[in-house]
Amino acid sequence: MSEYFLLLISTIFVNNFVLVKFLGLCPFMGSSRKLEVATGMALATTFVLTLSSASSYLVNHYILLPLEIEYLRTIAFILVIAAVVNFTEMMVHKTSPMLYQVLGMFLPLITTNCAVLGVALLNVQTDYGFFESILFGFGAAIGFSLVMILFASIRERLAAADVPDIFQGAPIGLITAGLMSIAFLGFTGLDKGLN
Amino acid sequence: MLAGILAFVALATFFGLVLGLAAVVFKVESSPVIDQIDALLPQTQCGQCSFAGCRPYAEAIAAGEAQINLCPPGGENLVQSLADLLDVEVIPLGDNDDDLFQGPIVAVIIEDTCIGCTLCIQACPVDAILGAAKQMHTVIESECTGCELCVPPCPVDCIEMIPVKQTLKNWRWPVPQYSVNNKQAETIFTTLKHVLAENT
Repeated sequence: MSEYFLLLISTIFVNNFVLVKFLGLCPFMGSSRKLEVATGMALATTFVLTLSSASSYLVNHYILLPLEIEYLRTIAFILVIAAVVNFTEMMVHKTSPMLYQVLGMFLPLITTNCAVLGVALLNVQTDYGFFESILFGFGAAIGFSLVMILFASIRERLAAADVPDIFQGAPIGLITAGLMSIAFLGFTGLDKGLN
Repeated sequence: MLAGILAFVALATFFGLVLGLAAVVFKVESSPVIDQIDALLPQTQCGQCSFAGCRPYAEAIAAGEAQINLCPPGGENLVQSLADLLDVEVIPLGDNDDDLFQGPIVAVIIEDTCIGCTLCIQACPVDAILGAAKQMHTVIESECTGCELCVPPCPVDCIEMIPVKQTLKNWRWPVPQYSVNNKQAETIFTTLKHVLAENT
């Protein structure tokens, strides 16, 4: 049990996907101007990452490994994740307009996001089991959401700050992200300490 | 090799069929206006308009909540074609950061034209205007509430309302925005009227 807890802590803080592994930077910079949008994006990513780590595990173990076509892993994962997420989006759109308002518009955007594919590939690399894969995906997504919401909150306030002309807009955003990344490096070794 | 090709053909066919079926079964009617706007947008889904993608931006334009000039990848051409489609004025491509600064406004007296008539001092509900008869007046910025009551009485139109630049000192979290559609708003309004009528 503590092993699972450790896995969760380590993916959220120590190996944070955005700030330590530098995956999923496009939504991180792109849709963090407003807190509302960032929250929606974070929720949708949580959903997609969990779903994609489950489906990619199944594809890897029941299609790729028995047929010995592991070299087609990347393309297979992209195909499966895109299809599953698109299907879910259509279903949510029809069955629950409320949920669609929160998640729907983000889902097709993140289907082939690098964080999504990264989780799927890392799951295979580290040889996680089914439950561990889902937990890893979920933890990565919680880490992403945390960073996303923090960054959007900072940026909303940053819009009012007196920033020198040459740093205005994207540059100050990137500098802020860099500082956050340094801050997150402080978590290094936390997962070993808990062991 | 052959196993790979066959497996992929099978997988792709399967997902193609499922998605095709889902598109028919889960079809949702959408407004043609939004579709038309969406078709003009570049579909880069970059989020530079501060919406989550092209379609959400198209919805916001259709609902009148967003300007047509927020899409840098589309450029001036897009603004032009959107203006044609929606029959509105062409506006220059803007930096949407300005939208974030919509805050309070204050009155400022253009001192060169002020004749010192004291009419605005009498109109001000918060005593934010200083001055005496035949002397130039001025507005105490920190006291001004931006109510605009001083603007109509001025005989020489020397009072201007200007937005307060947002700084870290006066920054606040924005008020949460609830999307209430017209029908809901109407219902609430009529209920309120009934309640008021019964109580008076």
